Amino acid sequence: MTFRSARSAVAGLAIATLFAGSALADGVVNVYSYRQPDLIKPVLDAFTAETGIKTEVLFLDKGLEDRILAEGTNSPADIILTVDIARLTKAKEVGVTQALDDATVNGNLPAEYRDPEGHWFGVTKRARVVYASKDRIGDEPIAYADLADPKFKGKICIRSGQHDYNLALISAAIAHWGAEKTEQWLTGFKANLARKPDGGDRDQAKAIMAGECDIALGNTYYVGLMRNNEKDPEQKDWAAAIKVVFPTFENGGTHVNISGAALAKHAPNRDNAVKLIQFLSSHKAQQIYAEQVFEYPVEPGLEPSETVKSFGELKADTLPLAEIAKNRKAASEMVDRVGVDDGPSS
Amino acid sequence: MASIGQAATGSEPAQGRIAASRIKRRAHAGTFALTIAICAVVLMPVISLALIALSGTGEDWPHLAQNVLPGAIRTTLLLLFLVAAGSAIIGVAAAWIVVAFDFPFRRTLSWALVLPLAVPPYLAAYAFAEFFHYAGPVQGAIRAIFGFATVRDYWFPDIRSTGGCALVLSLVLYPYVYLTTRIVFLMQGRNIADVARTLGARPAKVFWKILLPVARPAIAAGIALVLMEAVNDIGASEYLGVRTLTFSVFTTWLNRGSLEGAAQIAMVMLVLVLALLLFEQWARRKQRFHSSRATQIKSHPPRVKLTGWRTAAAMLATALPVLLGFGVPLLAFARYSSRRLEQFTSPELGMALWHSILTAGATAIATVTIALLLLNAMRLVRSPGMVALTRLASVGYALPGTIMALGLLFALARFDNMLDAFARDMFGISTGLLLTGSAAAVVMACTIRFVALAEGSIRSGIEKLPPHLDEAARSLGRTPAGSAMHVLLPLLRPALLTAAVLVFVDTVKELSATILLRPFGFNTLATSVYEDASRAVVEDAGPAALLIILTALVPVVLLSRALAHDREAIL
Repeated sequence: MTFRSARSAVAGLAIATLFAGSALADGVVNVYSYRQPDLIKPVLDAFTAETGIKTEVLFLDKGLEDRILAEGTNSPADIILTVDIARLTKAKEVGVTQALDDATVNGNLPAEYRDPEGHWFGVTKRARVVYASKDRIGDEPIAYADLADPKFKGKICIRSGQHDYNLALISAAIAHWGAEKTEQWLTGFKANLARKPDGGDRDQAKAIMAGECDIALGNTYYVGLMRNNEKDPEQKDWAAAIKVVFPTFENGGTHVNISGAALAKHAPNRDNAVKLIQFLSSHKAQQIYAEQVFEYPVEPGLEPSETVKSFGELKADTLPLAEIAKNRKAASEMVDRVGVDDGPSS
Repeated sequence: MASIGQAATGSEPAQGRIAASRIKRRAHAGTFALTIAICAVVLMPVISLALIALSGTGEDWPHLAQNVLPGAIRTTLLLLFLVAAGSAIIGVAAAWIVVAFDFPFRRTLSWALVLPLAVPPYLAAYAFAEFFHYAGPVQGAIRAIFGFATVRDYWFPDIRSTGGCALVLSLVLYPYVYLTTRIVFLMQGRNIADVARTLGARPAKVFWKILLPVARPAIAAGIALVLMEAVNDIGASEYLGVRTLTFSVFTTWLNRGSLEGAAQIAMVMLVLVLALLLFEQWARRKQRFHSSRATQIKSHPPRVKLTGWRTAAAMLATALPVLLGFGVPLLAFARYSSRRLEQFTSPELGMALWHSILTAGATAIATVTIALLLLNAMRLVRSPGMVALTRLASVGYALPGTIMALGLLFALARFDNMLDAFARDMFGISTGLLLTGSAAAVVMACTIRFVALAEGSIRSGIEKLPPHLDEAARSLGRTPAGSAMHVLLPLLRPALLTAAVLVFVDTVKELSATILLRPFGFNTLATSVYEDASRAVVEDAGPAALLIILTALVPVVLLSRALAHDREAIL
């Protein structure tokens, strides 16, 4: 190949790549995902192996609904995968989902973990728990209310109060206690912080190992991922420094959030999309979620992984998920008002 | 290059004066129209955002004004001030030391100082947080040396703070100041500095009294670039827990579901950016005065040879920014990568690399072309309106990438859907999402973001050319277009190279617009890093992060070597 023809071949390939459209072929389902590809890959691979339907994933953690809205009727999105009940509810509210009334799915998933009108379906559960220092915190139970107790002054670490997971917890508190009491609690909680909120949930475990704090809030599956991390064994040390304590609301249980799926409004491959939702609710997928991603399955009676079981028994809060989603904006404003993200000093 | 082509046809010198002036006017009208068209495209996301902002009710403002903005504005201004000071001190000091003194490894260090440009701020933030963390090597060494047991036994500055974030940003962004300042120190300050020195002034005095004042416009231009990058940063500041205005844009949009409120904050940020642009304009106003004789200097500047502790100090001062801004991130990601060597042969990473190079290459070509068209228009039509228009085309650079991309997404998707409806009606075929469904949208977004970078670099190059060159060519019978093509363009080659390299590197590092606008299966190196980093496993991102740094490194090294060897290139 001469230099010139090589050059035009590269240019042609470049232009082709730049303008290559999305997959609209048969046997495909297009997934718009808030969840990172590596987390959903095991389940999607199993789906392809079982049905022969290929999955195309677009990962987008900011502005997913906005993009689908902008794309309008031409949107290639078939399925929306996301974490957090508020996001699922929002997808329904802005009108990028459609209702699905499918006997298989409805049979697999308990009613409390799906939208009554069929716009979204919870496929896994995760609890927001206390990571406590093994060395410095005793075995006494810790309630969510205790986190504002001055005895923990300077001992608590947390990721940004504006993160989905914390907003959902605060929303649940508002539903339980009312806005006024929750704001008092959050003010006390902020005063107990050891440092400015930052990093992710794993960073809080690391901070406990470092002795920066004794208590942190985190999701259950991160502990599983850290304890079983063969690639970066130092994470096992972080996990070894902490134990999981299940805090509860009085007259309730431990705050639980879901990750879920929704059928996109203009799904071009609707049949395949329905098959994927059916698969996500199936025993096989639920097992993968439990064993490989360390989440709690929503399938009734299915046990979580050994690691997660070792935390003790989860008594999930009975608050309807819709109540939590409803309070998100109030929770976000409260976090600003109290100044959670400014840390303990101001 | 429509305007140049248009101007070239028919305007032979032999033609009559009246005809020529009519053609000139027509050519200028064409130039003006083209400039407006370019600006319309570049401003499309901003206009789209302004419309969204206007559609809002303003119900978010009581909350924002009371609880969010005072703190966010204070933090943002403090951060910008610290980053400006930090990058100016590092950039100017390093430039002066490598130009004025001679010491071992001076040549190597003089181009190595550009290397931190290859490191995206968000990766630097991860690496620094790791490096200076309790469990990291620095604190580990401190504990081992002093026998401390826990973090409560000693004080250590927290990298997760406004100061820490400013440090990280300064360390990866100072090369902008270094590049612009060194050129001036090398060329423009030379003759005056030589005179001062022959009259017995000491190097320090030459620096404070002569070089620094002469370099002021160049330093300001560099700082303006640094600050624009700092304003739109979200990755580093979010990770380090610094709540800037950009962070408030995101919480308003995502957590309180108000895109309108977010767009309104973005509009407030635009004011900040326009102020920056005015500052840059003001600082550059005297640059031309200093540069008209620059072309004549070819001699090797004499350097003061250092001895003793001064040698060590000079080496430390120039090596430290490279070690911290480039060495620490490189080391961190090389370590992660060494545990994941199998990833380097994975087809996904290869595709991501190809996509990165592709979008960066296409963006570099597009921005340089657009910048040339804009600057050519400014040269031909010297009206205040034209200047304002071209400056306005720069605002995309400092908008938070995601927000800018969102504005573009709405505009492009509307275009796509209209085109599709039209094609269905007329021809019965569906064009689908032509732009938003393909990587063309990514290239467009990056072009809009970085056109300011290309325009700035090329404008510096043009301003360093003696103005009478163009006039001389014209008086010898060249058409405006001919003069541009055959006289100015060849002289501008180094500036064009610099512009293309800066845009290429920035596009490889670009994350937020790419992630929002990319089509299915289109991962760049930056997006694949983000996929891992956002689920808190930065470690898995090691190989892709390393490749970003290396991909950006190649053109940076080429550029700095070209600058080091080619005397003409320093013009």
